[in-house]
Amino acid sequence: MEAYLFYILAVVTVIGTVMAITEQHPVHAIVYLVTSFFSLAMIFFLLSAPLIAMFEVIIYAGAVMVLFMFVIMMLDLGRPSEASRPFLRRWALPMLLGGIILVSIVTVAVNHISSPDTSRMISINDFSVVLFRKYGVAIEIISMQLLFAVVGALYLGRKRDDR
Amino acid sequence: MDIFGDIPWYIYFAAMILKVLVAFVFVLLTVAYATYAERKLIGFMQVRIGPNRTGPIGLLQPIADGIKLFFKEEIIPAQASKFAFVLAPLVALVPAFISFAVIPFGDSIQIAGYKFPLQIAAYADKAGTVYDLNIGVLYILAMASLGVYGIVLAGWSSNSKYSLLGGLRASAQMISYELAAGLAIVCVFMVSQSLSLQAIVADQSGLFGWYIFRNPFLFVAGIIFFICSLAEINRTPFDLPEAETELVSGFCTEYSSMKYAMFFMAEYANMVTVCAVMTTLFLGGWHGPLPSVLNFIAKVYVLMFVCMWIRATYPRYRYDQLMKLGWKVFLPITLFLIMGNAIWMTLFK
Repeated sequence: MEAYLFYILAVVTVIGTVMAITEQHPVHAIVYLVTSFFSLAMIFFLLSAPLIAMFEVIIYAGAVMVLFMFVIMMLDLGRPSEASRPFLRRWALPMLLGGIILVSIVTVAVNHISSPDTSRMISINDFSVVLFRKYGVAIEIISMQLLFAVVGALYLGRKRDDR
Repeated sequence: MDIFGDIPWYIYFAAMILKVLVAFVFVLLTVAYATYAERKLIGFMQVRIGPNRTGPIGLLQPIADGIKLFFKEEIIPAQASKFAFVLAPLVALVPAFISFAVIPFGDSIQIAGYKFPLQIAAYADKAGTVYDLNIGVLYILAMASLGVYGIVLAGWSSNSKYSLLGGLRASAQMISYELAAGLAIVCVFMVSQSLSLQAIVADQSGLFGWYIFRNPFLFVAGIIFFICSLAEINRTPFDLPEAETELVSGFCTEYSSMKYAMFFMAEYANMVTVCAVMTTLFLGGWHGPLPSVLNFIAKVYVLMFVCMWIRATYPRYRYDQLMKLGWKVFLPITLFLIMGNAIWMTLFK
């Protein structure tokens, strides 16, 4: 039963993502993308990672996409874009790069076929031990970098009254 | 079929469907009568009588309102984006209800040798161990963060400036207050050492076991969580997305008939959900002197009364005050509370 559920969710995810890319209407694209995040979250849940599933919904669907929506509404971009679709020569380079990534992923995947261990649910305790014990220093470095980025953005974006 | 524990699958399914039906009908009835209770209460507080014509002391008013809304003409504005316009009320209503799947509304009951936890997403095995979603609190946060889409989509798709302003305000407000609410819940995690709502409720037996009375930091965290929840569900004094006096009716200006009724139901269902979550996380869940389910219902109703009381008492915040309150007051306070709670827990083991 879980296998059927997986395939249904996988189809929904792929269709949602493709629609999000091809849809000309930014707000509709966001709705499709949220749908795809949602089914992706359920796939994570099936793979015994409920924590990741919830992070997917809370962070991506609940925060990042709401911010996108906010910006679209704020800048009044909420209508279909007039620009024509990119032609083949503009597609060529992205398709080449995408192809290289696809080939490498498939190669790696074919050489390392193993089903993930789904017998045990990964609890939040396991997750946090790995995150803050094993990779604790890396997490601190990344969070400091993000802080620098935020401070930098604030500095660049502030109002300059002195001039 | 090991996911059902040792219970035969037909008993499992029957119990599950029964739990879903009872909880759903109960929430729907509460939603219907919350509208009546709110009008009546605010009436009394403003020295009016409130609804009193439909049935004895106006008790049939919610049913009359429902029938009225059902038979009204349904209008979709010509310039509206139909896809999002139809989708929005559904997206607003569904998350409000499905949060109830993880809330334990009573102690487990024994029927014919089997143990049934009174929580929709939970089961017990033959030995009597109760299993529920081990990340229940995060599930509630996730569903709460999805509720905003209904309002934002409604505001955008109506193609009206009042609706758009309402939707814009809703998205900014929800992102801001989600943070403080989430950080307030972190204080609960620190004490409970678990994200499972069964475990959180089991840990709060006895009046001084309630998390809100555990230490002064948790007390403040509880109050901040409640206020932030009010902001997240757009209740007064944070009802800027539909501020009648400035935005006509905000995000639902262009809605009519059943679609409007769905937004209305979503608002009250959200109120019930938030009060239930507050009860579970801070006020001891179903623990108390009465039989377990009645305790839970009583606590939820008292909190709903507080919501209505606040609505009758406080004026609406201005937009900049709202943002200042969220980012410059609640966020630093909750960060401080987490540190204070950690120090308290280390000192008074």
